[in-house]
Amino acid sequence: MSRIKELFQQKKNNILNVYCTAGYPQLNSTVPVMKALQDSGVDMIELGMPYSDPLADGPVIQASSTQALANGMTIATLFEQLRGFRQQIYVPVILMGYMNPILQYGFERFCQDAADMPIDGLILPDLPEYEFETEYGPIMQRYGLNFIFLVTPETSEERIRRLDSLSTGFLYAVSSSSTTGKDKDMNAVNNYLQKLQDMKLNNPVLVGFGIKDKATFQQACEHANGAIIGTAFIKALENTLDVEGDTKKFITDIKS
Amino acid sequence: MTTTTKYQQPNVQGYYGKFGGAFIPEMLHPNVEELRSKYLDIIYDPAFQKEYKALLHDYVGRPSPLYYAKRLSEQYGTQIYLKREDLCHTGSHKLNNALGQILLAERLGKKRIIAETGAGQHGVATATVCALKGVECIVYMGEKDIERQAPNVARMKMLGATVIPATSGSKTLKDATNEAIRDWINNPTDTHYIIGSVVGPHPYPDMVARFQSIISEEIRGQLKEHTGSELPTHVLACVGGGSNAAGTFYHFLEEPTVQLIAVEAAGHGVHSGLSAATTQLGKPGVLHGSKSLVMQTEDGQVVEPHSISAGLDYPGIGPLHAHLYDSGRGVFLSATDEEALQAAFNLAKKEGIIPALESSHALASLEFLSPVNAKKTEAPIPAKAMFTKDSTVVVCLSGRGDKDMATYMKAMEGK
Ligand SMILES: Cc1ncc(COP(=O)(O)O)c(C=O)c1O
Repeated sequence: MSRIKELFQQKKNNILNVYCTAGYPQLNSTVPVMKALQDSGVDMIELGMPYSDPLADGPVIQASSTQALANGMTIATLFEQLRGFRQQIYVPVILMGYMNPILQYGFERFCQDAADMPIDGLILPDLPEYEFETEYGPIMQRYGLNFIFLVTPETSEERIRRLDSLSTGFLYAVSSSSTTGKDKDMNAVNNYLQKLQDMKLNNPVLVGFGIKDKATFQQACEHANGAIIGTAFIKALENTLDVEGDTKKFITDIKS
Repeated sequence: MTTTTKYQQPNVQGYYGKFGGAFIPEMLHPNVEELRSKYLDIIYDPAFQKEYKALLHDYVGRPSPLYYAKRLSEQYGTQIYLKREDLCHTGSHKLNNALGQILLAERLGKKRIIAETGAGQHGVATATVCALKGVECIVYMGEKDIERQAPNVARMKMLGATVIPATSGSKTLKDATNEAIRDWINNPTDTHYIIGSVVGPHPYPDMVARFQSIISEEIRGQLKEHTGSELPTHVLACVGGGSNAAGTFYHFLEEPTVQLIAVEAAGHGVHSGLSAATTQLGKPGVLHGSKSLVMQTEDGQVVEPHSISAGLDYPGIGPLHAHLYDSGRGVFLSATDEEALQAAFNLAKKEGIIPALESSHALASLEFLSPVNAKKTEAPIPAKAMFTKDSTVVVCLSGRGDKDMATYMKAMEGK
């Protein structure tokens, strides 16, 4: 059984998934940040692979990507860093990234290496449904990688059902149509999450984008299985001299 | 006109051969899907066509002349015609597309327009049509380009647009495009994004090509008056994203006797590290929502190109052109900064026309193709692309040189 599935079987609520950028704040921070997240009680990790043109991300995450690229991060380097990481990290890990660097690395080679680590799933926001079904989905499947689609408040019910049927692991509910790091009107978000909940989807739902502290996390968890925090955590690491300490502090504040 | 469309139109998924598609995050799906499902019905609605054609005539100043360039023809030993997009209102072909898209946005009920711009020509065209329609206009422009293109920034502001600097990444056109796309993600219902070239997710490449296809539609009729035949032997255009080239090629794409010659910017030289010759240097990849050829590092990070002309300074190329290159239907050449400058000064002296630096790249390629003293190129040019004395050659003069006077003045000082 996949690590993601196992997690959702054991825990149905308040799942905390935290995003971090590979190679940020330092090139070799990747695994130490993940370890600190796990030690602080995070349930799942979304590890971002930096890209020069990250369309779905806001300025904070893009700046962390730019920094990571300047630090020398590449997909090959990331896999080197991750080799053997399962000796320390047991929570599910999902790689998030954009198609172009992966196509250059070779899509199949990428899936093979990710599965070797082993990584549990992928989020590729600019991989559309048609290309997923006709070309790339079967490759991910062959290597046992989960694939997580995004839905937004603008996504029609019919399309939500479709994307839910294509997703494995969980469904990523973007809390309003926007790039990462924008503040949200939580009332509108609640209505939307209520709608998702009422649809009784196949996959568990995690809410992302705009979750930044204890209050927003708890609110998101009322109508979903959990939430994803990205921008706020990257901000917390912005000028850190103590990755472990600052990570623990940030997560503890949310879980307290 | 021909009915088969081997090259002209993408398939239903937006693919031209291996290139195209809509590689967009889910947050953009409603906007792009709305456009995809409606654009053809809107554009081919008779009322739309009537308004568009009338404005092209009365406001843009179309048809633009097809001018037989006698002295240029003598110089290169062949028959050369210039398609005078430089005489369009706002000084380039960019207005054809911006006008079409504002009429479309109006019919979609959009109240707010966003655009990206590099040199500022598309930004000016968009600001112009927004003023025409009294619609809010926001133009994203790289912080570096804002410094380099001050006169066009001032024009946009005078036309009532808000110019927002793109401060992320390399702070140029590709980042301005990212910022515009992000704005669209954050404003999914009231905003239309007027993309300036045949790039972006499907249906943009096809839609922009259709709006620019007026260029070749006119060429066919005008050439018949000049020569008795609608078909030239060669059509030439510069390629940044590829919109003026798409418009110039469009009604000749399915005419195999017509050679399609696209000219990219080689900057300091194709292999100098300072170039924008995407077909020569790019690899298949995904940029700004479509699969095409993209200039990138081995690790798949998009690189910053270089060209003396800001309008050609883009690390990608529209998927139609990637397909024309890949299939061999089009011949892709490149001209350096220096060659483009020489071609600009040559046209000014020979024909009394000061061309845009972008268009000067197309003019520069005449040197390589001429039957007399053709300049040698690094890679041999296919024989079919070379002119004879009887060839009918149409060059798209995509814009005028007013915006480039600072560069031309600097070049004159250096002489
Ligand atoms: C005069 C002119 N020609 C050509 C271009 C290049 O664009 P495209 O390749 O889309 O025609 C530009 C872009 O700014 C331009 O201003």
